[in-house]
Amino acid sequence: MWQAQLPTEVPKQNPYTSVSDVQRGKRLFAANCAVCHGPEGAGGRGANLAEPSLRRAPDDPSLFLVIRQGIPGTEMPPGWWVLDEREMWQVAAYVRSLGRIAVENVPGDARAGAHLFRANGCMGCHQVGAGGGRLGPSLTDIGSRRGAAYLRATVLDPASTLPEEFLQMRIVTRDGRRITGIRLNEDPYSVQVRDLSDNLHSFWKDELASLEKQPGLTPMPGFRGRLSARDLDDVVAYLVSLRGDR
Amino acid sequence: MKTFVALVALVATGILTQAQVTFDRLRNTEREPGNWLTYSGNYSSHRYSALDQINAQNVKNLKPLWAYQFDALDKAETTPLVVDNVMYLTESPSNVIALDTRTGRALWSYRRVVPKDVRICCGLVNRGVAVLGDLVFVGTVDAHLIALDAKTGSVRWDATVADYKTGHAITAAPLAVKDKVVVGMAGGEFGVRGFVDAYDAKTGKQAWRFWTVPVKGEPGSETWGGDSWKNGAATTWVTGSYDPDLNLVYWGTGNPGPDWNGDVRPGDNLYSDCVVALDADTGKLKWHFQFTPHDLWDLDSTEVPVLVDGEFRGQQRKLMLFANRNAFYYVLDRQSGQFLHGRPYAKQTWATQLDDRGRPVAAPGAEPTETGVKVYPHAAGGTNWFSPSYSPKTNLFYVAARESGAMYYKGEADYKAGAEYNGGGMRNIPGEPGSGAIRALEPATGQLRWEYPLFSPPWAGVLSTAGGLVFGGCDEGYFFAVDAAAGKPLWRFQTGGKIIANPMSYLSAGKQHVAIAAGHAIYAFALEN
Repeated sequence: MWQAQLPTEVPKQNPYTSVSDVQRGKRLFAANCAVCHGPEGAGGRGANLAEPSLRRAPDDPSLFLVIRQGIPGTEMPPGWWVLDEREMWQVAAYVRSLGRIAVENVPGDARAGAHLFRANGCMGCHQVGAGGGRLGPSLTDIGSRRGAAYLRATVLDPASTLPEEFLQMRIVTRDGRRITGIRLNEDPYSVQVRDLSDNLHSFWKDELASLEKQPGLTPMPGFRGRLSARDLDDVVAYLVSLRGDR
Repeated sequence: MKTFVALVALVATGILTQAQVTFDRLRNTEREPGNWLTYSGNYSSHRYSALDQINAQNVKNLKPLWAYQFDALDKAETTPLVVDNVMYLTESPSNVIALDTRTGRALWSYRRVVPKDVRICCGLVNRGVAVLGDLVFVGTVDAHLIALDAKTGSVRWDATVADYKTGHAITAAPLAVKDKVVVGMAGGEFGVRGFVDAYDAKTGKQAWRFWTVPVKGEPGSETWGGDSWKNGAATTWVTGSYDPDLNLVYWGTGNPGPDWNGDVRPGDNLYSDCVVALDADTGKLKWHFQFTPHDLWDLDSTEVPVLVDGEFRGQQRKLMLFANRNAFYYVLDRQSGQFLHGRPYAKQTWATQLDDRGRPVAAPGAEPTETGVKVYPHAAGGTNWFSPSYSPKTNLFYVAARESGAMYYKGEADYKAGAEYNGGGMRNIPGEPGSGAIRALEPATGQLRWEYPLFSPPWAGVLSTAGGLVFGGCDEGYFFAVDAAAGKPLWRFQTGGKIIANPMSYLSAGKQHVAIAAGHAIYAFALEN
C-alpha cells in the first residue's frame, strides 16, 4: 500500500548536500522534473526554479515539502510517488544549486560603486532596498541572481541582456497622445503599461491608433565609454554586493 | 417547437420535468435543440447548437445570468449537459452537480472522496458526464465509472475500470451508446497500456474492452520492438463520436510511452496516435488510421472526431474531419478509414508532407536529442483536447489553433510502475510566447476561410450556433462571440479566470443560454430583456 504520510519531523536543513548528492539530484531532476521546469530549471510549463529564493519554498524544509507533497490545485505532483526521502532531498539540493550565485571576488570598490550608482542617476529607475525608482527591475538582490560578467555586460549594453518579460511599447491613442512605457500586461483586447514618468495606463486596443512593440529596446542608457574601466569595476562590485540582506 | 411550449408551461409551475433520456433521444438530438444531451452536443460531435435566438444582431446584449462557483481550485474543464432544465456538470476531482438552469442553484451534488495518491499528469480534472435512462455517468480520477441517480445523485453502481495506483485515471466524459456506456482512460505519462471500455448502463458490468496496444502475436504487435508494448500507453482520455447507421464508435488515442524517447519502442507503435473505429456492440476494431506513427513529440491524437456527411471531390461521402494535435487537418472516409485529404492548419516542422495514404514523411533533424531540438508544434499541439465545431449552416469547420514550438529533449527511459515514464522533456522556446487563432476551415479541403487572432495559444474549445455565431474563450479570461461566416468580433465578457473548457448552449424557460466554465466557476449567459 502506498501511504501519503508526512514524516513526523522535517529536518531544518538538507541532510544531503554533497557534490555527489547534487549530481544525483540533477539526474533525478532531469528524469522527473525537467518535463515542466526545463532541463536547467529555467521554467516552462512549470515555474522558473533558477532563482535564489523560491516563492513557495523560502527554506529547505518548505522546498522538501513542496517536492514531497506537490502543490494542490496545480500540476505539480507529489514527489513521493516516485522518489524516496533521500532522493527528494537530493533533488532539493540540485534545485538550490540552480539559482544561487556564489559571492564572487571582483576587482573594484563596492563603496565607491555605490556612490557612482547614485551619481549616475541609476536610483531614478531602479529600486535598491527601500529607496529608488520603479521603471527598471529592482536590484535589491541582483548580486544573488546574476553573476558579475552578466552585470558588467548589462551596464555597458543593457539591450544585450533584457529579461524575457521586459517589453518596451510605443503607443499612440486615437486622440493623439503618445506614450512610451514598459508593458505590465496584455491580452487580445487591452494593454497596460507604466510610462517613463511612472504613470500607469490601461487602454482598450480599439482606443489606440497604433501600438508598437519594441523588443530589444530599453530606456536604460548604456555606459560604454561613459565610465572609466575603474569606475565600471566599482559599479559592478557594488551590484555584486547587493544580495538582499536586511 | 411544441415540446418547448410544454416545457415552459411546466417550468412556470416550478416542476422540473425529468423524462427518461432514451437512446432514441440521444441519436436524434436535432429534435430537441433546447437540450444538450451528450458531451459534444450530438453523436457526430458537431458542438453546434440549432438555437438561433442569440444572433449576430442581438449578441451585444448578452449578459451573465448567474455563476456557480466550484469548491476546488483545480482547472475547470467541464462541458455541462442540460436535460429538461437541469444542468449536470462536474468539478474537480470527480464531483457531479445538478443545477436548476433558471436559478443556477444546486439540486444535488455527488462528492467523491478520491485517494490522496492518485497519479495524474495534468491536474485533477474532469470534463463532464453522460446521461442515459434516469442515470448520470461519471468517470473518476481513481479510475472508476459511477452511475448516479439523475434525480438524487445517489450511487446506483460503481465499477472499477482500472487500478489507479499504476497511473490509470478517467478525466473524459463517458459516451452513452445504445444500452452501454463507453469510457476512455488517461495515464499516458505513466507507461500504462491503453484501452476503451464499455459497460452495461443498467448494471455496470463490463461489456467489452478494446486494448489500444495489441498483445504480442496479435495484429499490430509487430509495430512494437521487444516488450515495449507492455508500457505502450495509447490512452483514450477524450470523448469520441458515434455513427448509429454504421454502428461504429470512433475514439482518438494518445501518445506511445515513453513520450520523447522512441529508441525503446522501435516501430510504428499501433494503435497510438490513431483514431480507431470500434463496433459499438462488441468493441471489435473495424479500422484504424494512425496520424503520427512512432511519435516522438507527445502528439496524442485525443482530439474530437467530427462526423459530417458531405461532398468530397464531387462525391457524397460519410466523412470524418479531424484537426490533430500534430498540426495537420485530416479528412477520412469514416466507413473504411481511408485517408482522403490532409494539410497543416498550424505551423509544424516535424513532417515535410503527408504521402498519398496520409502517412507523414519525417522531417530531418526533428528527433528529440539530449541537447534539445526546436520543433513545431509545441507538445501541447496545434490544437488539443478542447473541442472543434462544425456548423451545417455555414458548412465550416472551426478549430481553436495554437501557434507555438518547443525544445524537445531525449532522456533516459526506465519504467517504474506508477512513476512518470517520459523518456525526456520539453520546454518553451525562450522569446517565443506563441499565439493562437480561431480558424474556420472548408471541410473538404481544410482551406482557411477566416481566422480570428488570439493573444496566447488557447485552451478553450468552440461552439457554433444557428444564430450565425462562434463562441470561444482565451487564456486571458475573455469569453467571446464572433460572426460564423467571417470571423468578425461581436461580443465579449471578461470572466476573471483562464478559460480551459468548451462552450455549450441550451434553452431554459424558453430562452437560449450559453454556458462556459472559466477560472473556478461556470457562467450562464442570456440576452437581457
